[in-house]
Amino acid sequence: MSAEQAAGETRTMNMIQAINSALDVSMERDEGIVVLGEDVGYFGGVFKATEGLQKRYGKTRVFDTPISECGIIGVAVGMATYGLRPVPEIQFADYIYPALDQLVSEAARLRYRSAGEYTAPITVRTPFGGGIFGGQTHSQSPEGIFTHVAGLKTVIPSNPYDAKGLLIAAIEDNDPVIFFEPKRIYNGPFDGHYDRPVAPWSRFPESEVPTGHYRIELGKAKVVREGGDVTILCYGTMVHVAKGVVEESGIDAEIIDLRTLVPLDIETVAASVKKTGRCVVVHEATKTAGYGAELSALVQEHCFHWLEAPVQRVTGWDTPYPHSLEWAYFPGPVRLTQALKRVMQD
Amino acid sequence: MTGRNLPPLSLHVPEPTFRPGDEADYSSFPVPVAGAVRRPEIGAAPAEMRDLSYDMVRVLDEDGAAQGPWDPRLSPETLLKMLRSMALTRAFDERLYRAQRQGKTSFYMKCTGEEATSIAAAHALDYDDMCFPSYRQQGLLIARDWPIVDMINQIYSNSADRLKGRQMPIMYSVRDANFFSISGNLTTQYPQAVGWAMASAARGDTRIAAAWCGEGSTAEGDFHSAMTFAAVYRAPVILNVINNQWAISSFSGFAGAEATTFAARAIGYGIAGLRVDGNDALAVYAATQWAADRARSNHGPTLIEHFTYRAEGHSTSDDPTKYRSADEGTKWPLGDPIARLKKHVIGLGIWDEERHAAMDREVAEQVKAAQREAEKSGVLHDGLKQSFDPMFEDVFETMPWHLEEQREQMLEERKAAGI
Repeated sequence: MSAEQAAGETRTMNMIQAINSALDVSMERDEGIVVLGEDVGYFGGVFKATEGLQKRYGKTRVFDTPISECGIIGVAVGMATYGLRPVPEIQFADYIYPALDQLVSEAARLRYRSAGEYTAPITVRTPFGGGIFGGQTHSQSPEGIFTHVAGLKTVIPSNPYDAKGLLIAAIEDNDPVIFFEPKRIYNGPFDGHYDRPVAPWSRFPESEVPTGHYRIELGKAKVVREGGDVTILCYGTMVHVAKGVVEESGIDAEIIDLRTLVPLDIETVAASVKKTGRCVVVHEATKTAGYGAELSALVQEHCFHWLEAPVQRVTGWDTPYPHSLEWAYFPGPVRLTQALKRVMQD
Repeated sequence: MTGRNLPPLSLHVPEPTFRPGDEADYSSFPVPVAGAVRRPEIGAAPAEMRDLSYDMVRVLDEDGAAQGPWDPRLSPETLLKMLRSMALTRAFDERLYRAQRQGKTSFYMKCTGEEATSIAAAHALDYDDMCFPSYRQQGLLIARDWPIVDMINQIYSNSADRLKGRQMPIMYSVRDANFFSISGNLTTQYPQAVGWAMASAARGDTRIAAAWCGEGSTAEGDFHSAMTFAAVYRAPVILNVINNQWAISSFSGFAGAEATTFAARAIGYGIAGLRVDGNDALAVYAATQWAADRARSNHGPTLIEHFTYRAEGHSTSDDPTKYRSADEGTKWPLGDPIARLKKHVIGLGIWDEERHAAMDREVAEQVKAAQREAEKSGVLHDGLKQSFDPMFEDVFETMPWHLEEQREQMLEERKAAGI
């Protein structure tokens, strides 16, 4: 932790405030950083992540855009080519598809196809995940689409402290990064018990966020709970679901918050599974060909002889996100508990 | 629904005027009079110049004389430099097309008949203005005097290819010539050019951007996103549409040309639009210069439709006689851009047939010499000339573990297989 810890004062922040602080600190240090997206300027974003930035840094560095994700990312790539370091916001990850060509065929491949002549150091911030009654167009988790693309990095924080340090590292990274923000935990660590109130971040130590500059290295997972019986691989909101289930079930699980999906911290993953001999992969995204399939395959490749049981996947179902039945879709405590029991039986 | 006495609906699927076997006949095509179109002030409001999206800016008349307010009054040096760049581009295309047919590379694309749209534009821009080309703008590099041997190395994917054999032939990237990396995905460069121009404006720079796409790919969403952003932020950018009538085998009607012009796409966005005779180097120069002056004076973007004709196939991979009339090109009513500029400079008394023939020999020799030089570094099909090392590089700035692992695996598997 010491390398990650920033000196100086801290303040209690929720995830939105931490993300806002990351943008503020970064923009203060580097004039080349520009923020663009739908409603991000005067209004400060629909989730308020960019609040106050336009007032502080001016309209040519923080500005609203037309409702055109293709345009937002295409323009960001062009600005990066000029020498700026754009941080576009896609208002909901569900809206990112019109920008796919610009992300997949352009930003991701620019360094390779031009042999380094041109690069696209952009960080695309986008809220993702369900649990807010957003239906099928405000709930999706499309990270697997991006982890499949050569040349993109995919980062997902699970708490305010990590969100700020990872976002600063993403912005300063010279490769394009998709930064998925689990919007269900913007205000507090939701553990999947939708019938209970969620405690605000201020009650948790991860809300003590340095006000200054610090980075959390991309590609480094974090063991959030040490345990000996089974390894739970998760990220974003699911970290808190896993913590809640482990606390309630009494199973001595090791919980790993991946934080970066590409590049993945395979060493931490493999070391844990070799220790526990069992593995459950949890994500909110649909199951088939999801990132959990990649994790499952990697665990099998790296830890086959240590495995006591088949790797279990706890994921969203392979359906669109249903509005009224979202708690039947969301891979919550009931399903994770059963998966842990299954993996422990074998 | 009941009781309506209407014929059944019918779907309109566009069909070009001429197909293989038809004799191309352009007698009903109204050739616009050179010099007849007005030239607005560079700060003119887009709403005040909508007629220019339907008319056609032409400078060179039938006799090769420059006419009207769009005559850019270029120096003899500039005129002859443009002529030479166009001749060199044509010679380059012929030679490299043949190289593909000889099996020296996988693919090639000519710009024959369209040379003016790149070369005259490049001359009207400043060298440090940023170009976001499509795949048929080799003329930009040649006009900017980029060494053609470097272009051939790329086409051959040989050991001297700066792009390390990663890109299909002609997908150049030349940062030193302010020439963006070419994408095979169409019109992605349009919003990028707008973004580059927005950045330049935001930073108080003086450089502008220019982008090129074909008329067929104006149907892509990127085109319309770019137009919206360009209009909204008044980006200092020139958006060129090369209307060469054909998108592989689909004629311009499939991009909407039956109903309107491509320059008129500007009107709905509130952008200045110009429609230009793309085979008239002086008209292309003048329109580009107008748009560049406009952009540099904070008056915003211009959409320029270059009305031209793709005299050859789309690429080495298609045979145009299979889908269009064979004599369309020779009967094209707006002529050939090189022949027309040649006639102009001869008319001015600064050029003659002998010098032209000598120039053609010189550029052919120049291409041959560059080709010989490039072939010292190999050609695509004489074995793998590229080192394996860079194959996994530049995916990211630093190579992550999974690519290191895959590189080692590839080398081990090849070794085990004895290759």
